[in-house]
Amino acid sequence: MMNNPTPPGTDAAPRADSDIAFIEVRDVRKSYDAVHALGGVDFHLKPGEVVGLVGHNGAGKSTLMNVLAGTVERSSGDFNLGGHPIGPWSAALAQQAGLRCIFQELSLCTNLTAAENTRIVHRPLRGIGWRRRARHMIGPVLDEIFPGHGIDLDRKVADLPIGERQMVEIARAFTQTDIGLRCVILDEPTSALGHEATEQLLAHIRRAAGRGIACILITHRLNEILAVCDRTVVMVDGKVVAERQTAGLSRSALVELMGSIERPRERTAGKIASVAAPVMRHAGRDAADLTIEVRKGEIIGFAGLDGHGQRERLRAMFHAARGQRQALPGAYVAGDRGSEGVFALWSIADNLTIRSLNALTRGGMISSAAARKLAGSWSDKLKVKAPSIDTPILSLSGGNQQKVLFARALASDAQIIFLDDPMRGVDVGTKQEVYRLIRAEAERGRSFVWYSTELEELTNCERIYVFREGRAATSLVGDAIDTGRILQASFGGENV
Amino acid sequence: MSDAAARVPARFSSQARPALLNVLQVGLPAIALLVMLAIIFSIRPAAMSYFGVHLLFKLSVPLVFAALAQMMVIMLGDIDLSNGAFVGLITCVTALYLSDAPAFAVLCYLVLVAAYAGFGLLIHSRQLPSIIVTLGMSFIWLGMAVILLPAPGGSAPAWLAAFMSWQPPLMPLSIWLALLAALAGHLVISRSSYGAVLRGAGGNPRAVERAGWSVIGIRVAVYAAAGVLACLAGLTLTGLTTSGDANVAPAYTLLGVGAVILGGGSFTGGVVSPVGTVIGALTLSLAGSLLSFLQVPPTWQIGAQGVILFLVLAGRVLLSERTR
Repeated sequence: MMNNPTPPGTDAAPRADSDIAFIEVRDVRKSYDAVHALGGVDFHLKPGEVVGLVGHNGAGKSTLMNVLAGTVERSSGDFNLGGHPIGPWSAALAQQAGLRCIFQELSLCTNLTAAENTRIVHRPLRGIGWRRRARHMIGPVLDEIFPGHGIDLDRKVADLPIGERQMVEIARAFTQTDIGLRCVILDEPTSALGHEATEQLLAHIRRAAGRGIACILITHRLNEILAVCDRTVVMVDGKVVAERQTAGLSRSALVELMGSIERPRERTAGKIASVAAPVMRHAGRDAADLTIEVRKGEIIGFAGLDGHGQRERLRAMFHAARGQRQALPGAYVAGDRGSEGVFALWSIADNLTIRSLNALTRGGMISSAAARKLAGSWSDKLKVKAPSIDTPILSLSGGNQQKVLFARALASDAQIIFLDDPMRGVDVGTKQEVYRLIRAEAERGRSFVWYSTELEELTNCERIYVFREGRAATSLVGDAIDTGRILQASFGGENV
Repeated sequence: MSDAAARVPARFSSQARPALLNVLQVGLPAIALLVMLAIIFSIRPAAMSYFGVHLLFKLSVPLVFAALAQMMVIMLGDIDLSNGAFVGLITCVTALYLSDAPAFAVLCYLVLVAAYAGFGLLIHSRQLPSIIVTLGMSFIWLGMAVILLPAPGGSAPAWLAAFMSWQPPLMPLSIWLALLAALAGHLVISRSSYGAVLRGAGGNPRAVERAGWSVIGIRVAVYAAAGVLACLAGLTLTGLTTSGDANVAPAYTLLGVGAVILGGGSFTGGVVSPVGTVIGALTLSLAGSLLSFLQVPPTWQIGAQGVILFLVLAGRVLLSERTR
């Protein structure tokens, strides 16, 4: 990898031992079954260094961080701590080594107070008066990072607003007992913080670096990376694709580094003329939120960083479609198979036909012959790999379960089909089959509204709405759809 | 820290509301308890004496321990449906062996507590629902108890029966034991540094695991503690009834759950109050006596007890909505 040992000249703090990396990993891999979350990553971190980690959804940033923090075990690769090789690594060992982590979804116990939560991470906090000592440990740190925060340390975290919870979690990571603090990993720490608190945190990261505490900052807000990091590491598809000193780096250069994905195959989209009247119009919440129009036979994409309001809009549209007077029948394909998609104890046939029961009813009862015919023909059409349509759905692989959910929507009378990032964790072969099917169905006049977190997938769409901060902020049509522009719009780049 | 003084009033006022909520949550079953006592004393003033209170609360001692055992499990977000059957098994072991072969009896207790911990391990490592596993356990305990003692019998050791009928100074034994149990529970669960970790493990096990604690160890320890408390319930119950009976305590399972919830606990895990649980257990055990004093026919008493439980729980839900 591009390994530049010279520290940047931006920080005047003394850098003792700066030649020995605090953490150094080589060729770290992590696989979940067939999915490679990390495909051979080299990463190192020196004492007092601030490293920014950027990448699009699913680039492997969080997995790398979990591997470093010991909460996920690496599948293979070397791990050195202070120059010494480490075998198995765990959260407890990481704590001992002075490595702390602020997780994206908060890891506070909301049934406890801030002081009690401090106790959870500090084993030496015990015995008589531990509560007072815990307060004296986290209180001053909170005061230092977020002056005037006004948080009551004896209140249950559940009673605190989300921003204050985030502050408590951040301050807790910076507290120390007799175990010295060496490194703090911050995963999207500013997502719930206001502007002022964000500035205070960034200033504190620099202060901590001056004291020799290394930080890894993972964030989608590139300005924060450019403001505090010495070095920036860019990840794409579970690999580090670039590593740059931050000094002199611009945000458009960063976005370009993230977009170094090969251009996918030629587009078949773009031929549907926008002359036809839309079959559905869904107005945004305000002027900055675009109205979404869906025409017959069109494939609409929802893009942007995960969690910026795409799923909410998709659901709102689905409900709006059902509420209209001469509503077009709609169907929703859930991405979270386990909790929203499959009926775990039912067979493939039952799962597939549940959306079409009205059409299968003969005199008030479900005609099992008609149901079996429908299920059989669609599971053949989607090439569901199963011994029979009576097989329990949970005995199928994830990709085949997803095919059954697609078949449920396609076998129905739905004219608009809403796809909620359905291809997450599905193998490439299945994806290609389903893409072909979606395009074929669109040509037959069905419309699709497709939320996807995968950039290449969006090239199947004729029109894309890029979401940012809860709103459909940018619309891209036809040939304007490319990964660079989607990234620019997702990160709020200047030249869009 | 220069603005610390300025922040004191703000801290005080923001602290007052949850504190009030806490007081009300523990306070409601306490108020219910006092109302019931007031009714009983007004009907039968003679009950307002050392001996009267002794009789009223005599049978609450085992329920207090059984409810605390249930509280440990509910603290982790689980539920223990085997609690009552286990107490029955302990009465059988105690009545059969404790007076003649004390060493063997103690060995039995240890093995049974280890089995309890083992089921905790099973629930955690296989990610099984506790309601299923403990339902199965309840039949195992009941079956073992019936094998040991097909019909009620045996006898409690004299010292145990003597202890349970001991009349200590100032207050009846049942009140002393309830106070001690509530105090010990409060210190260990609500105040100690390990109690914070235990409650944390019930509220957000992933966070506790990420902080380097072994959640599996916590679960095993908590189930073992629940087993120990259920053993205490069985021992005190044998001291009261002076015999063993496999079917003596099935009601303890759900009365224990009722006491925990009445005392401010929550099924979501992590939110329990030992003091509230003890008060809840006292309240539930008094409800039966109250109905006798009100001359409710015995055939109606179980249903009426349910109505009392329902009223107090509904009151608690309404109160916590009001104060939120």
